[in-house]
Amino acid sequence: MATYSTNEFRSGLKIMIDGDPCAIIENEFVKPGKGQAFNRVKIRNLKTGRVIDRTWKSGETVEAADVMDTEMQYLYTDGEFWHFMDPESYEQLAADKTAVGDAAKWLKEQDICQVTLWNGEPLSVTPPNFVELAVTDTDPGVRGDTSGGGGKPATLETGAVVRVPLFIDIGDVLKVDTRSGEYVSRVKD
Amino acid sequence: MPAASGWRPAIDRARLRQRAAVIAAIRDFFATRDVVEVETPVLSRYGTTDPAIESFTTRYEPPGGGAETLYLQTSPEFFMKRLLAAGSGPIYQLGRVFRNGEAGRRHNPEFTLLEWYRPGFTLEDLMDEVTALVASLLPEPPARLDYRYREAFERFAGVDPFVADTASLLDAVSDHGLDCPLSEADGHDACLDFMLSHIVEPALPRDSLVFIYDFPATQASLARIEPGSPAVARRFEAWLGGRELANGFEELDDPDEQRRRFEHDNRLRRQRGQAQIPPDDCLLDALAAGLPECSGVALGVERLLMHLFGVDDIRQTMAFAWHPDCT
Repeated sequence: MATYSTNEFRSGLKIMIDGDPCAIIENEFVKPGKGQAFNRVKIRNLKTGRVIDRTWKSGETVEAADVMDTEMQYLYTDGEFWHFMDPESYEQLAADKTAVGDAAKWLKEQDICQVTLWNGEPLSVTPPNFVELAVTDTDPGVRGDTSGGGGKPATLETGAVVRVPLFIDIGDVLKVDTRSGEYVSRVKD
Repeated sequence: MPAASGWRPAIDRARLRQRAAVIAAIRDFFATRDVVEVETPVLSRYGTTDPAIESFTTRYEPPGGGAETLYLQTSPEFFMKRLLAAGSGPIYQLGRVFRNGEAGRRHNPEFTLLEWYRPGFTLEDLMDEVTALVASLLPEPPARLDYRYREAFERFAGVDPFVADTASLLDAVSDHGLDCPLSEADGHDACLDFMLSHIVEPALPRDSLVFIYDFPATQASLARIEPGSPAVARRFEAWLGGRELANGFEELDDPDEQRRRFEHDNRLRRQRGQAQIPPDDCLLDALAAGLPECSGVALGVERLLMHLFGVDDIRQTMAFAWHPDCT
């Protein structure tokens, strides 16, 4: 069993807490000049996304989590599972709803996503920072209005709804920032 | 383009100058008060026995053999007390000290310590002088708050640290909703340390200079113990901007008690699997010869600079901080 000592703690390090894989967000070395040293650590549970605080005595060890980030191509969903393929080995994996979570609304076939694996199984899916998606439904576009002020909701081909400028029409392809869920620009053909 | 080697200093020219100005202002402060600057060895045959502090060691290797282990100072305390016992009068020292295994946002394994000793000063006199020094170095003097150790725990943690047993301390920790790695086996003082750094310290006002004084006798370090019920160690810690800044004592002057504390520290170190540190016989002899009644304090200069610069990382206060990849 691989372990890490508190002196190896860095943000991003993956460790096991209460049976769940977690990532260290922030590690703080806390020590009064003449007292016991501690590592006060902010941790994200990679299964639930919940952030918790944990404290160790400096020098204690913690079990490492076998967590790996991989780049995979999104293939399709059958409604229950989302299927991904390793573009090099062509190996396929199916991720369930819990693993895909909110990423589902940004997943477009062929896009390369980050699939985080825990013991070889999909744990979470992160869509590309920017995706290009076609508008399937929105109020008719207002010609000439490129001010970007105001705005209206538009439904995209993946089901995501984003706020867009008034001039956007059904069929337009938009660039969207998946981290904020915000419209970036219209993609010119 | 070659890969970035990280050769650049961590602070810009303005901060470099500001740092130099603070160092100069510290020297002015003591010159005005007729406190003499001294320099004592960084390398010594003796290290600190304090189980909470680890020294760096090195080897002195004369040609022909007879090598010996030397310790890099974690504070200039022992040498400065020998000067005091020899009649130096009030003295201060500004210099680099080294603490092994301490690195983080508030810790660098080497840092600049300002340490000074005042014959005839009580702990309260010295707290006033720390206040005056800090006020002279900041654009505006901070508000000052004083708490006895007991008051601080009662006020911020809801327990009497002199009465509550270890189990009650741990209960109080869980009442605060804190995750704590300690059990009763870790002992009373470890629990108090945890509460001080996780409950009391975060509750201290950021805009004030805060003193907590009269520590439990079990945390006396090198402070004199005032008998009473409870007996207290005549020791203070100061916080500025919520960060520990300084640690002061009415200095222990009894050589027999000093020897017992060295031995006690080494017993604890043995239990915890830490290296044994030879007790400093020169210090014991100096105490036997007579240390004047005095108070002394050590102040972390970078902690003060963190407050002055408004930064939360000690590496932004020194030209080159320790870094695992590039030093």
